[in-house]
Amino acid sequence: MSKLICSAAIRGAHKIVARAEQKWREAMDKWGAKQEVGFPNTAYYLPIIYGITGIPVRTLGDMEQVLKLCRRLLPPPVREKVHLPYLAPALDAGMATFFAEEIIEAIKYLEDPNAYVPGAEEPTDENIWLGAADDIIMRKRGIEFVDGTAPGFAAILGAPPDVETAVLIARELQEKNLYVFMCSDNNGVRMAEQLVEAGVQVGWTTRLVPFGPDTSATVFPVGFATRAAMAFGGIKPGEYRRILIYNKDRIFAFVLALGFVSDEWYANAAGAINWGFPTIADSPIPQVLPTGICTYEHVVSNVPHSEIVSKAIEVRGLKVTVTKVPVPVAYGPAFEGERVRKADLYVEFGGGRSLALELCRMRRMDEVQDGKIEIIGPDIDAVEEGSAMPLATLVEVAGRKMQEDFEPILERQIHHFINYAQGVFHMGQREIVWLRISRSAFNQGFRLRHIGEILHARFHQDFGNILDKVQVTIFTNEEDVRKLLDEARTIYHARDARMEGMKDEDVDIFYSCVLCQSFAPTHVCVISPERPGLCGAYTWLDAKAMYEVNPEGPNQPVQYGECVDSLKGSWKGVNEFVRKASRGAIDGYNFYSVVDKPMTTCGCCECITAVLPLCNGVMTVNREYTGMTPCGMKFTTLAGTIGGGVSTPGFVGHAKIWIVQRKWLQGDGGIKRLVWMPKMLKEELGERLVKRLAEVGMTVDMIADETIGTTEEEILPYLQEKCHPALEMPPIIG
Amino acid sequence: MSQSNYSADPAVVEMLERAKKDGVMTAFDRAEAMRPCPIGRDGICCKLCAMGPCRLVARKGEEPPRGVCGATQDTVVARNYLRIVAAGCAAHADHGRAAARLLLAVANGETRDYQIKDEMKLVKLAMDFGVEISGRNIEDIARDVAKIALEEYGKQEGELLFIKRAPLRRQQLWRELGVVPRGIDREITEALHRTHMGTDQDYENLLLHAVRVALADGWGGSMLATEIQDVLFGTPYPTVSQVNLGVLKPDHVNIIVHGHEPLLSEMVVLASREQRLVELARSKGAKGINIAGICCTANEVLMRHGIPLAGNFLQQEVALLTGVVDAMVVDVQCVMQSLPEIAECYHGRIITTSPKAKISGATHIEFNEHNALESARKLIEIAIEEFAKRGGNGYVPNYAVDFVAGFSHETITYLLGGLFRASYRPLNDNIINGRIRGVAGVVGCNNPRVTQDSAIVTLVKELIKNDVLVLETGCAAMACAKAGLMNPDEALRYAGDGLGEVCEAVGIPPVLHMGSCVDNSRILIAATAMVKEGGLGDDISDLPAAGAAPEWMSEKAIAIGMYFVASGVFTVFGVHYPTLGNETVSNWLFSDMEKLFKAKWAFEPDPEEMAKLMIKHIDERRKALGIDKARERILFDMAMRRQLEAV
Repeated sequence: MSKLICSAAIRGAHKIVARAEQKWREAMDKWGAKQEVGFPNTAYYLPIIYGITGIPVRTLGDMEQVLKLCRRLLPPPVREKVHLPYLAPALDAGMATFFAEEIIEAIKYLEDPNAYVPGAEEPTDENIWLGAADDIIMRKRGIEFVDGTAPGFAAILGAPPDVETAVLIARELQEKNLYVFMCSDNNGVRMAEQLVEAGVQVGWTTRLVPFGPDTSATVFPVGFATRAAMAFGGIKPGEYRRILIYNKDRIFAFVLALGFVSDEWYANAAGAINWGFPTIADSPIPQVLPTGICTYEHVVSNVPHSEIVSKAIEVRGLKVTVTKVPVPVAYGPAFEGERVRKADLYVEFGGGRSLALELCRMRRMDEVQDGKIEIIGPDIDAVEEGSAMPLATLVEVAGRKMQEDFEPILERQIHHFINYAQGVFHMGQREIVWLRISRSAFNQGFRLRHIGEILHARFHQDFGNILDKVQVTIFTNEEDVRKLLDEARTIYHARDARMEGMKDEDVDIFYSCVLCQSFAPTHVCVISPERPGLCGAYTWLDAKAMYEVNPEGPNQPVQYGECVDSLKGSWKGVNEFVRKASRGAIDGYNFYSVVDKPMTTCGCCECITAVLPLCNGVMTVNREYTGMTPCGMKFTTLAGTIGGGVSTPGFVGHAKIWIVQRKWLQGDGGIKRLVWMPKMLKEELGERLVKRLAEVGMTVDMIADETIGTTEEEILPYLQEKCHPALEMPPIIG
Repeated sequence: MSQSNYSADPAVVEMLERAKKDGVMTAFDRAEAMRPCPIGRDGICCKLCAMGPCRLVARKGEEPPRGVCGATQDTVVARNYLRIVAAGCAAHADHGRAAARLLLAVANGETRDYQIKDEMKLVKLAMDFGVEISGRNIEDIARDVAKIALEEYGKQEGELLFIKRAPLRRQQLWRELGVVPRGIDREITEALHRTHMGTDQDYENLLLHAVRVALADGWGGSMLATEIQDVLFGTPYPTVSQVNLGVLKPDHVNIIVHGHEPLLSEMVVLASREQRLVELARSKGAKGINIAGICCTANEVLMRHGIPLAGNFLQQEVALLTGVVDAMVVDVQCVMQSLPEIAECYHGRIITTSPKAKISGATHIEFNEHNALESARKLIEIAIEEFAKRGGNGYVPNYAVDFVAGFSHETITYLLGGLFRASYRPLNDNIINGRIRGVAGVVGCNNPRVTQDSAIVTLVKELIKNDVLVLETGCAAMACAKAGLMNPDEALRYAGDGLGEVCEAVGIPPVLHMGSCVDNSRILIAATAMVKEGGLGDDISDLPAAGAAPEWMSEKAIAIGMYFVASGVFTVFGVHYPTLGNETVSNWLFSDMEKLFKAKWAFEPDPEEMAKLMIKHIDERRKALGIDKARERILFDMAMRRQLEAV
């Protein structure tokens, strides 16, 4: 019965707000109003408060107005008899709860800097609680939410009655590709701790995220979702209604309440309903079944643990496509980030201990026998635990729509497909692969043939439109591997040369990518050979292949048509397409310029380039770099400013690799304009950067980095000293 | 007829026994003594000129006779009908005018007694009227809004501004039929002109003007009254109160506010809380000052202050029978001339306050916006004096029912989603998924030709049992409040499972009190909001919705019914219908209108049959919308998410 829930939620909200007020008063006494507060490395302050009210809480003093707002939002308790309508007041109380809890958590960061492992993707031995996701994690993981690799998340409050059930629920959520955000406790028992006890690897990499031990940590998952609306949806802070509807429509999250539902839990559940996130409980609490604020039911209770995950998915209205693969271990993207530690290792391949490579080849239809999996050489049960073996995985495919150009795209998928198996770790590609199989996977019956099974099944599932037959041959004799390696190197080289030489002018068609429109409804990427997708995940060839795979899908051919400006990269056909695909929001853009009508950004770009007027050049910063940059903004602030599908002159998002392609900012003078980039990005681009700079007569050391300075004034003397070419170029603006 | 057949309300029955014993006549007795004139009742009496009156009664098997002037029965019935609508519209229009004039006085600083209570609503109104808001102080905005509101009355050309609030399809339909009102006063004047002897003698032309006049009420005068009163007195918000004669307190000074305009009663409520007056009352032996209401003035102060209701229209005389009413302060409309005599027999003073509505035998204390609070104080002092004179024969029947009221359009929006997600989505969703079958507006008066409240309550119980959410105003709302249908604890047992589940989730009763009879404009806005929310068609006539006035009696009711039908709501009236003497006009209203307005009138006095008609209509609309069958749950994948429009 809704009345009981709402009454409890309102009571709970009163308690939580009172606690926040008390915490705040204590903190004010101790540190004073000017004390800075906040969650680590985020441009969104306390994100729920910021998103919903537009108030940036920077200091303890800033919290006062928020607490006053909480008081105004708190309704009186629900009357026993002749009650007034309670649902709406309970929802408001839920909102006040989140505001108050963000304040509580922010003060916790202040009181105990070690309460959480800051900025970490995984727990340490001392502390399993990760706390608020910083913007790097949010943007990195955001792509998975955008492309559907992760269709949603479960916010778990409490814990199931025993460790086994905890593992089962976590596994099922992982197998359904969902993120699992864990908070609070049930009688002192916490699910994240149960998982650690069972030896399950927790952290962002396995999608089992231990957010915080207290109920107030619920604001971390909800804050994550709120930031998504601002970062990818382009919704401005304070546009609360749009943020909440965005979440209801696009962020498929739900709350699992495991254990006794306290007033405080009810208050959090009421808060979550504002976002369209329903609560599914394992205990016999009342239900709220009529729909409207959430897409379907609001509270569903008394669900057995064996059904709770599927029930939750149904209630949230989420369609999860689970790929079934005939392997004896769990399988899904959630296991991609799982490591196999040396102590758990049964056997490994490559990684410096042995030769290992992967190769995908296109064959004629009659040359491939579909489903044939052949192991040439000893299987893993023939070697001792802890051994290293040579490995060559040859995937041969045939199909009427297969093209040789698609080989590297398919080959790159091998990494993901194998990595999805639980207890199997995969890194790298080509001849630098590193594969580990854990003891537990081995004990569950995992053998080399299962690698073949995985690849056969997944290639058919994901690329069924372009290929009809897949056969896999696995070599484990060093001699065979070596032989194949020689052949493979020739092929790798030829592919690189072809990619290298591919020019925008050489193709008739570009490809669009609106994958991100699930989150950024007005953003449209158009991908050309010399302008890869700004997320770094899609090249022109990828898009081309994906179009073949799914002709109705997010990658569509774009006839670029008549050229408007060849230097800046503007075509009538592209602009026309962008106008339509952005639903009229964007009327076109330039491919190769940051100054004039630059391309839009969804929010998941790898790098952001910004104009530095004083240096007459540009800087570029990658997502992983958390420090200050000479444009006066950190990456995360930059991304917050330009994300969400808007074109912002002076700023542009792009893939890392684009920096070393020749068309990079061609319209503004190209790489000769590059005056600053983080050291780590220089290192990552390595040789390719050296080579590309050499083409224009530059060296890497001419470009400043954070060791030189993080303001324009600091780096300018250095550029002058190095005779940086940008200083001699025509003014970048005007 | 015995007293128990007079009313379904036990408090009324009990008091009528007392009246009988005391030999006092009430409307119930007069109705019995005075049978309705069948010729006038059926609309076929023409007394518009001195050549008549003409009784256009057809002999069996013959054509109806013509009037002396040559007017056909069709013309006579249509003319009479148009005059009814015009009178109803005039009543609401004047109500709105009074509110607008008060707003102007407040904006000009001519009165200190009133303030602008809901600035947000004023700003929204200003935006609808195209008044510049940025950087201006609230008085300046209010002044412009009030002036524009007043211009709506005298305007000669163009369209009433609120017409633009209707769904686009409806506006288009009105324009195509040429029924968009130009100015409120113009349409009323023209109605009187057209019905003058020898003028408009085409029944359809007359009826189309009746539509135009009615629209000038619903989307004109009434809507202005509601909107401006919300600005001045606050937009209603859910409130708990009590209804029926038991709210009168024998040990208090009891003042009943009665009539329709809340301008004075707002001040009475305010003054009754003043320490000096409370002390004065105490000094005379009273425990305090108790304000209660009757008719729509009561609904107005109920919605905004939780002031209890003594009863509906037929309880005005009955309330005086208690002998504990020290003063009954009346303003305009629906006030019985018999009140001073009954007060004379029992106790208390009848105080008229409007220069437009004096009653012989009553005390007149004229009220205007400049002396508002002062007049209120004065009449409370009179009531206190009267209390001192009260004899010992007072009797208050022990009936007072708890209920919840205060459901404005804004409040409903809030209640369905809270501050942050306020919308009609949950209502539309639950209509689409069938938990709620449809929505009905049940409004109107009491009529002593029908057992008081019985048709209303029977109809409403039948509707909610069948999962139809009921929105109410006026005396019909009071009837249901008395029957416990607005008590959220009690009423859900009368509701069907689906409706009950939704009401329980939100915490509302299945019957929502939306205010006074001018507040029927709130129902128009609510219906429009449902259309705009999406999923239920693109016009009010597409909604699974219907309207009814089972116990109507006033001309205002016909005006309201007409603007509901013209706005696309199938509407059923009980008791009788003023065109029944003529087939042509009745056919136009009960059938032809459907082709023109996608909605029509119906007449059905039996409340259960009435419910069947409304539910049948709702089911037909559900079918037309394709929501008559259970729907599969839609699960969203990424491709579907990409198809979503940006919010």
